[in-house]
Amino acid sequence: MKLLIIEDEPDLLEVIQQSLQIENFLVETAGDYHSALDKIISFDYDCILLDIMLPGGNGLDLLQELKNLNKSDNVIIISAKDSLDDKLKGLNLGADDYLTKPFHMAELTARVKSVLRRKSFQGKILIEIGNLKLDPDERSLLIDNQPLLLNRKEFDILTYMIVNKNRLVNKTSLAEHVWGDHMDQADDYEFIYSQIKNLRKKLKDHHAAVEIQAVYGIGYKLVQV
Amino acid sequence: MNLLNYTLKYLAFALFGIISVWAVIFYVNMLDEVYDSLDDGLDNYKLLIIEKVDKDSTTLSRTEFAEGNYEIREIPENAALKIKDVHKDTLMYMQFEEDLEPVRILTTAFKNREKYYELKVISSMVEEDDLIEDLFYSLVWLYIAMLISILIVNNFLLKKVWKPFYVLVNQLKEFRLGKNQFIEPVETNVKEFKVLNESVISLVNHTLETYSSQKQFIENASHELQTPIAISINRLELLAEKSEMTEANLETIGQVIQTLERMTRLNKSLLLLSKIENRQFEETETVSVNKIFDDLKEEFSDFAEYKDITISIDEKSQLNAVMQKDLASILISNLIKNAVVHNHTSGTVDIEISNSYFEISNSGTAIALDKEKIFRRFHKDSGDKNNTGLGLAIVKAIVDLYGLKIDYSFDGMHRVKVWF
Repeated sequence: MKLLIIEDEPDLLEVIQQSLQIENFLVETAGDYHSALDKIISFDYDCILLDIMLPGGNGLDLLQELKNLNKSDNVIIISAKDSLDDKLKGLNLGADDYLTKPFHMAELTARVKSVLRRKSFQGKILIEIGNLKLDPDERSLLIDNQPLLLNRKEFDILTYMIVNKNRLVNKTSLAEHVWGDHMDQADDYEFIYSQIKNLRKKLKDHHAAVEIQAVYGIGYKLVQV
Repeated sequence: MNLLNYTLKYLAFALFGIISVWAVIFYVNMLDEVYDSLDDGLDNYKLLIIEKVDKDSTTLSRTEFAEGNYEIREIPENAALKIKDVHKDTLMYMQFEEDLEPVRILTTAFKNREKYYELKVISSMVEEDDLIEDLFYSLVWLYIAMLISILIVNNFLLKKVWKPFYVLVNQLKEFRLGKNQFIEPVETNVKEFKVLNESVISLVNHTLETYSSQKQFIENASHELQTPIAISINRLELLAEKSEMTEANLETIGQVIQTLERMTRLNKSLLLLSKIENRQFEETETVSVNKIFDDLKEEFSDFAEYKDITISIDEKSQLNAVMQKDLASILISNLIKNAVVHNHTSGTVDIEISNSYFEISNSGTAIALDKEKIFRRFHKDSGDKNNTGLGLAIVKAIVDLYGLKIDYSFDGMHRVKVWF
């Protein structure tokens, strides 16, 4: 899978690149409008991460350019501006998703994978890991082909952890993804732990080949066993 | 004491002094003139009598004043030669007044047919005490009349003259920074008021400008801080993923991440607060407060369950509000979050929604909070490091933005009530 990150902030660009490389994506970068335009015209990408404010031009124009070139690259807009207007414009121009900066890398990974999954397989693919088969759209989980019933939050946690498998997932990122923005600063997210505990128990009882490990003080990590 | 009466106070003293001095001078001058005129009359009368004596010697026998106003007595020559014309005041019994009354008397001497006579001519005189009394009363009335007329002039004329000033002052009294107010210039032809007008308006504009650039600065600063903080966290997460990390190192990284996340939250709250104050949430819509509470109760259920806190909603009525949707959510979620966070284990959060207000009451500490301070920025009642001290400041900013009213009370339960 080949990705292009168009972002003018070198530090952020580097961090995104490193994080996505760990996921075994082939990552290319562009730091301004013109080098981005060159790459868009010359190559095809599976997913493009697009910043709107760029030196030399507006990211939305690149989106328009893609449309004009009849390219069907997946685009996720990453913007510092939490502007509904930009969001609507971007989505209307064919962007697949919109992520407001700053974001957690785990969230970005989840969005990238979700976009790739939807486009490549018309969203019909199951996520398979070990003896688990997870259908994000049907919200169902099979372990050894046996259905396991999870509540909404347990399912969201598991999906997020599986998408970010073998990666360290910050508990803030997990809380924001599953519980939404209102839960920030709520007692160090200790309440997450009880949900994780329930999920772990269910997975263990059904002999799932995955395990959610706690990484002290930071968050959790899902590994195959 | 207002300006009009203040000047009146000084005018009253000044007038009192001026009128008193004037009264004394007037009295002395008038009396002087009266004496002068009396004495002239007496002198004239003297000449007439001497002429009359020349023609009619019987008059020489008038040794008593009786019904006339002169008396003549024969005196020896040497005595007569010593007499000079003397005008002086004396007292004389007046039958009409049945009392001794002051009279002016002229004592003189004349020679008639080689004999010397002393002549005394009198003229009744002004009664000084009566004069002083009359003068005093007229002056008192004059004084009162002047004060009253000044008061009237002040109240009608000066009030009119000072109107631009009062209009300006009243506007300044109502003026609050951050309330999006402007000072209307007042119509005036008076130079001083024009200067005041211009100075006030330029001062206010300058203040508004400074205030808004300060707010803008806070917003820009928090916006700019977001990315570096996020990158730091990202880099630390990447570092933590490296396989050679020991548990002790991970722990340290975790602590740094937690601190940075605190900074993120603080920054986010600050950004939100300045966005609210800079009025960047313009689109409003009718939102159902009941629905927001239902949704948030669900969102907070895990957190509440973890702390074993029961959240109950008593919907007495539907409550709708015209607000920006996110702000409505933030307003309510901050209050619920507080009610849960600052609660004790197995506590309760009771929510009541009526058609004009909602009230959130929660169990918690047994001591009332300081209602003057809780809505202030960075005011913290607990030592909780996750508390930014901005949650209620944000609530207050939203409440102020939409002209709502918020109140905190304590009766064993901490109660926060918001009126729409």
